[in-house]
Amino acid sequence: MKITFDWLKDHLKTNLKEKNLLEQLTNIGLEVESVESFSSDDQLFKVAKIIKTEKHPNADRLKVCDVNIGEKELKKVVCGATNANEGLITIYAPPGAIIPKTNTKLEIAKIRGVTSYGMLCSESELNLSDESDGITELSKKYEKNIGKSYFSKSKSNLIDLSITPNRPDCLGVKGIARDLAASGFGRLIVSKEKKIKFKTKQTIKVKINKEKGQGCSAFGSCVIKNVKNTESPQWLKDKLISVGQKPISAIVDITNYVMLDINRPLHAYDADKIEKGIIVRNSKSGEEFTALDNKIYKLEKGMCVISDNKGVLGLGGIIGGTRSGTEFDTKNILLESAYFDPRSIRNTAKKLNLDTDAKFRFERGIDPLSIETGLKKAASLIQEICGGEVSKIDIQKTESYKTKIINFDVNSFENIVGFKISEKEIQRILIDLGFIIKKEKNSLKLIVPSWRPDISQQIDIIEELVRISGYDKIKTIDPIKDRSKSTLTQTQRLFHFLQRAIASKGYLETITWSFTDQSYNDHFREAGKEIKIVNPISSELGVLRNSIFSNLIMYMGKNLDRGFKDLSIFEIGPIFTGSNPGEQKTVVCGLSAGKKSRLSWIDKERNIDLFDAKRDVVQTLSEAGYNSDHFFIDSKTPNYYHPGKSGRIFLDHSKDKVAAYFGEIHPNILKKIDIKTENLIGFEIFLENLKLSRKTLKDQKLKFSVSDFQKSERDFAFVVNKDVEAQELISVISNVNPNLISNIKVFDVYEGENIPDNQKSIAISITIQSSEKTLNDKDLEKINNSIIEAVENKTGAKIRS
Amino acid sequence: MSDLKKIRDEFISKLKGKLDLAELNQIKSDLFGKNGLVSSQFKKIGTIDISKRKKFASDLNIIKDELHDLINLKIKEIEKANINEKLEKEKIDVTLPERSFVKGKIHPVSQTIDEISSIFSEIGFSVEEGPDVENEYNNFTALNTPDNHPARDMHDTFYLDEKKERLLRTHTSPVQIRTMLKDKPPFKIIAPGRTYRSDSDQTHSPMFHQVEGLHIDKNINMGHLKGCLNYFIKEFFEVKKIKMRFRPSHFPFTEPSAEVDIGYEIKDGKIIIGEGDQWLEILGCGMVHPNVLKNVKVDPTKFQGYAFGIGIDRLAMLKYGINDLRAFFDCDYRWLNHFGFDPLDVPTNYRGLSR
Repeated sequence: MKITFDWLKDHLKTNLKEKNLLEQLTNIGLEVESVESFSSDDQLFKVAKIIKTEKHPNADRLKVCDVNIGEKELKKVVCGATNANEGLITIYAPPGAIIPKTNTKLEIAKIRGVTSYGMLCSESELNLSDESDGITELSKKYEKNIGKSYFSKSKSNLIDLSITPNRPDCLGVKGIARDLAASGFGRLIVSKEKKIKFKTKQTIKVKINKEKGQGCSAFGSCVIKNVKNTESPQWLKDKLISVGQKPISAIVDITNYVMLDINRPLHAYDADKIEKGIIVRNSKSGEEFTALDNKIYKLEKGMCVISDNKGVLGLGGIIGGTRSGTEFDTKNILLESAYFDPRSIRNTAKKLNLDTDAKFRFERGIDPLSIETGLKKAASLIQEICGGEVSKIDIQKTESYKTKIINFDVNSFENIVGFKISEKEIQRILIDLGFIIKKEKNSLKLIVPSWRPDISQQIDIIEELVRISGYDKIKTIDPIKDRSKSTLTQTQRLFHFLQRAIASKGYLETITWSFTDQSYNDHFREAGKEIKIVNPISSELGVLRNSIFSNLIMYMGKNLDRGFKDLSIFEIGPIFTGSNPGEQKTVVCGLSAGKKSRLSWIDKERNIDLFDAKRDVVQTLSEAGYNSDHFFIDSKTPNYYHPGKSGRIFLDHSKDKVAAYFGEIHPNILKKIDIKTENLIGFEIFLENLKLSRKTLKDQKLKFSVSDFQKSERDFAFVVNKDVEAQELISVISNVNPNLISNIKVFDVYEGENIPDNQKSIAISITIQSSEKTLNDKDLEKINNSIIEAVENKTGAKIRS
Repeated sequence: MSDLKKIRDEFISKLKGKLDLAELNQIKSDLFGKNGLVSSQFKKIGTIDISKRKKFASDLNIIKDELHDLINLKIKEIEKANINEKLEKEKIDVTLPERSFVKGKIHPVSQTIDEISSIFSEIGFSVEEGPDVENEYNNFTALNTPDNHPARDMHDTFYLDEKKERLLRTHTSPVQIRTMLKDKPPFKIIAPGRTYRSDSDQTHSPMFHQVEGLHIDKNINMGHLKGCLNYFIKEFFEVKKIKMRFRPSHFPFTEPSAEVDIGYEIKDGKIIIGEGDQWLEILGCGMVHPNVLKNVKVDPTKFQGYAFGIGIDRLAMLKYGINDLRAFFDCDYRWLNHFGFDPLDVPTNYRGLSR
């Protein structure tokens, strides 16, 4: 909502300064978004007349104009506009003037060898309109103004307010003035309604169809005959220009002025173009009309239209049509002032993707009792400016406005807001805001002003009171440092632990969007459901991610393109399994590219591999409190992993839920998305699949037992079939005697010479220790034999001699 | 000359020569080995005449000690020389680079969430979470934003179905609804998380982070709200004093509603929070609307309280001098490395939020 202090003063008597105004507006909830200042420079722009034009000697498209700016001598100005013709009255900017559109200072300049003293301006350069085709053309009436400033007086600053959607009343200057007056910033001027003589009857019949979903509940109108539509008088033009509106013609300007002044949208029809009467009805599917924005709209069923016998004239409360629009030659007009249902307006405008000043106001709620006031105000102005005879006002209604009444408990204010104001002050504020008060025994009976659709219950009154009293009166009550419930749940703690545990292993945490590119997502989706966003920001962000890999791999690619070779990144966040709330899982997903170590004087080069990722995952899980001795690992993984170089981890042998996957990303995917790196390794840990331990760390710390008896290390080498997994051997060995076998370590895996083709040798070092005694040679011999026997029997292995 | 003296003199002179470790050990063994010269003299003690035995034994011990000490001294000297020689050879250029270490980092948004949680933890808030995909009811209707309310225009919503029943939450406020439906009052929660709006430019990203706060109890008023936010902002920016301004505003789910500005100034191109006469809008808040309480079956005549919503990314930008919101989600290795935090820097109250 754009206003000026000058316009406000039409409704507000105040001695305060603009600086105070800006503060006060913000303090009462009418936030000042920006202030555009018009300097006295505006006075520099003068009405001028082109006396003579000559072709520029060095440029075909330029002219050298001799311009009369009201001084003795003519000014030479170079101009490129095609309409810069002899005799044209236009606007001249002298050197030193600042062009509003570009904010640049004009200087005397040589243009292709000819000196130009100033510039002739287009409307767009002066921010008068978007018209940039040619220089401004002023009517003959301006002849007498040559040499005078175009802007009649110094404009006051343009104040742009951000009005919250609950305050339609402040979409008119008067409403803003009322709020300011209530807050003590001046006094509201009660304007007297101008008396007009209603000579005739309203001759155009108006009917509101009674049908389901009718969006119009009241339609007021009057006919004004024999008007002479002209340009608006200067005061009206200035007023509109001062808030950034472009003057069009007196009739249109007057309806705009009334809308901006008292928030009462109106519409003027050329009465002669209406076939018989006005019918307000629901549109039929497929009906079309050309709107004033020169676009053809095809309507759906059930939109509120103003029509005549021939068809749609306009969309009620949104936009009029060209067929019945007013022109300069319009003689008779029908002036409309109606009430449209906000929901209906919003539905229609949304479907047609239309936004107009009227729509913006009606969808927020117009004062239903302003129909007549608006008609009178506009009609009297039209009569004053354009002449004509005004008919009596006709108001068709399907519903009458019901007064809203609220019983207000005065004590409720302090209860919510925390400070107190006197009942007297409460009454004063409410009266200033337009409430009518009846004092009852324990409360105030309030009649809500008709222009406040946002007020319907006690809390709304409290808001009004605290807003006008000032939020600065609210006390600051310091919080109490007391905690009755733990801040994080066990799951949340696990989330934070995993996050930092992974980061501590050299991974940079990223946060990527929850949506992703469908083609990337498909690589990692498997049989998961594709969840499309109906209105994505771009087609590359069209689906919710089924895996974090899609984003990580894309950003990994970008970083590799930046020239970084060895990178580890991770994200902890949601993946989606369905489009219902809750159909999501929390995953820690990591991705590493390149080499673990690269050309160095001290270390050998080595590509990153799956055992790096496995270490990070196993280590992280074990740091989080899961015993890695119990983990069960196999090689069944989703198809986006390399089938032979990936694994999954279960927390125990029950293989209940997959705790994590790790491995190389499938080479086909790398090829398809064209990522070039030595190796690409990923992992995923599924937070929801990690059982939360009932034992706290505190419980676990209670038990401490170690053995100080001598331990022995024995090495074994077993030859087994290639498909036998190390995990199986370790499991068999540890079960031989869990009390004595304290550590098992694979120290070599060998295939090749001296080993049959389909077999391999696994060398294992076993630590044997008793918690009861020092084991003698005989004891050790016994357990050695048991180990060999068990491994040979259960895995088909042979001990290598 | 007795045998003893002979042995002594012979070996003393031998030991004066230049000997290596092996030769010394040989001498040691010649003298003190099983059948060594000194060892065999000890065996003779019993055969010596009683009158001379005492002196013999005494002389023998003296000689033994003398030779023994001398040999050990020589050995030690050589060992020491050997080590010195070895050390001389083993000198290495310690200015060569160390083995590489790859450091991981925590994203500034995660760090900021931890900071926020830590501050609110002190004053008794616990952390609640909710799903990213929400239904229309929890995101709008229950929050007193019925269909066709113009306030919905401010939320450019991503929908997951044509009927607009499923959507990506536009704020973390639906967590309020879920929490209040699930439990009984009082409520004192914060809800950090991802939020989504179909908007993208320098200052808007289609995904961003918000933290919602909710405190519902008996007699909680706007003074408590002001106190809570004043405390939070002071703690978060780690300043002693803060200039804060409450401005009336409108949100459908709170009434009265306020937008909160904090004072700042720019000094040497850096933003200083809490000083100066410029205002910066940082959050929206208000008293929870009675309609919202009714929607979640909380009696608004018995319980009341406040709610607030803060942009986490924006807080992080302000505190850590980050200019471009979009960079948060661009995963540029250099950016992550620069703005990321060491995983060991867990924000806590006793150590301070940040280093």
